[in-house]
Amino acid sequence: MVGAKTLTELLSAEGLTVFRGERCLFHGLSFALTEGDSLLVQGQNGCGKTSLLRAIAGLLDLEEGNIRWKGKSIIKYRQDFHSEMVWFAHRVGFKNDLNLLENLSFETALRSTFAGRLDEVLDRLGLTALIELPLRVLSAGQQRRVALARMLLSSARLWLMDEPLTNLDAAGQVLVVEIILDHVRRGGVCVLASHQPIELDAAMQRIELL
Amino acid sequence: MTSSSDPSLWEGFAAVIKRDLLLAFRRPGDILNPLFFFAMVSTLFPLAMGPDPEQLMAIGPGVVWVAALLSGLLSLNSLFLSDLEDGSLDQLILSPQPLPMLTFGKTIAHWLVSGFPLVIISPLIAITYQMPVQTIGVMVVTLTLGTISLSLLGSVGAALTVGLNRGNALLSLLVLPLAMPVLIFGARTVSLAATNDAVAAGIYFLAAYCMLSVSFAPFAAAAALKISNE
Repeated sequence: MVGAKTLTELLSAEGLTVFRGERCLFHGLSFALTEGDSLLVQGQNGCGKTSLLRAIAGLLDLEEGNIRWKGKSIIKYRQDFHSEMVWFAHRVGFKNDLNLLENLSFETALRSTFAGRLDEVLDRLGLTALIELPLRVLSAGQQRRVALARMLLSSARLWLMDEPLTNLDAAGQVLVVEIILDHVRRGGVCVLASHQPIELDAAMQRIELL
Repeated sequence: MTSSSDPSLWEGFAAVIKRDLLLAFRRPGDILNPLFFFAMVSTLFPLAMGPDPEQLMAIGPGVVWVAALLSGLLSLNSLFLSDLEDGSLDQLILSPQPLPMLTFGKTIAHWLVSGFPLVIISPLIAITYQMPVQTIGVMVVTLTLGTISLSLLGSVGAALTVGLNRGNALLSLLVLPLAMPVLIFGARTVSLAATNDAVAAGIYFLAAYCMLSVSFAPFAAAAALKISNE
């Protein structure tokens, strides 16, 4: 990774320590990601994968350590950081009573998005026929695809994805890996947490939580 | 590559209001419940107390205000709950929009579906208490200011208790002390109007309290939400 250091560091973490209650989930964790890098956080259920991701997103307070985006602390420059980050988790973060289009148009009012890309994104994810349906009637896998649409519409460089393969069928899982690879190749950064193995490319960094 | 569009502060704010209103209209029961509660409690009193006009005039303002306060509390619990449950709260906190602005938007939407209908039907309730016309005007004005304050104060309480089991009782304990000035000044001002006394001071106080809530509550609610969501 010596060569990569010469590129601008986008996301870096030093000495992260997170407690949940009395239990120390991880201690002194560090990593640095540059353009086109990806990081896979692996481990069993309950080992703190989600907590690490939430800490990187700025949802969880750190006991020790700091996280920087483009060299600036994500706590102090929260808005700058969040405008370049998009979050994907177990709970998809959409409203069950609204239809797919209403949910996605709310997203475009919240964060910066690629205008005019909606049709292409829906087509790629196989959601075109579902746009009028309330999210309530979609299957868990389809809801995850809608959450993927949020990622694809967003112009954020950093993707934080918690268990991206959950609930998806085989074709969907292949699609997720493809989408992440596309993003990384365009100079994006992706942090994944998964208990399943994910093979992206040779440059993918890994952290194993115990 | 297509160009990206950055939504402005007001776009995010307006989108939250629009989304919450849309959600409320998809589930009309949520709007009607507090409204029915308000209408039922305040119309049952005249039936129970008997038709003596002087007695009704005496208790009217107090009963209407207490009913408004309690019906406001009824709907507060759900303000952030569904957002927490479906993960929308994470998305709101992680959006580049300032969180106080978004919570303010949510609170305004909450007032529009819980406080505003109550203000609209309050003249009808006033008639059952045989209130004079000038009193009805004062009641509508004070209720408007009061319910806005209550929604805002309540948003702080709702944000603090959103992750807790049975947060409802705690929510009432947190919000009621802060709501007392609104209740006292609101009910008293309407009583004064009924006896043709000066009401300006009470209305000014409620307006000031409302402005204070508008300035501080969204920031407090946003900070509380971040803590509750950890």
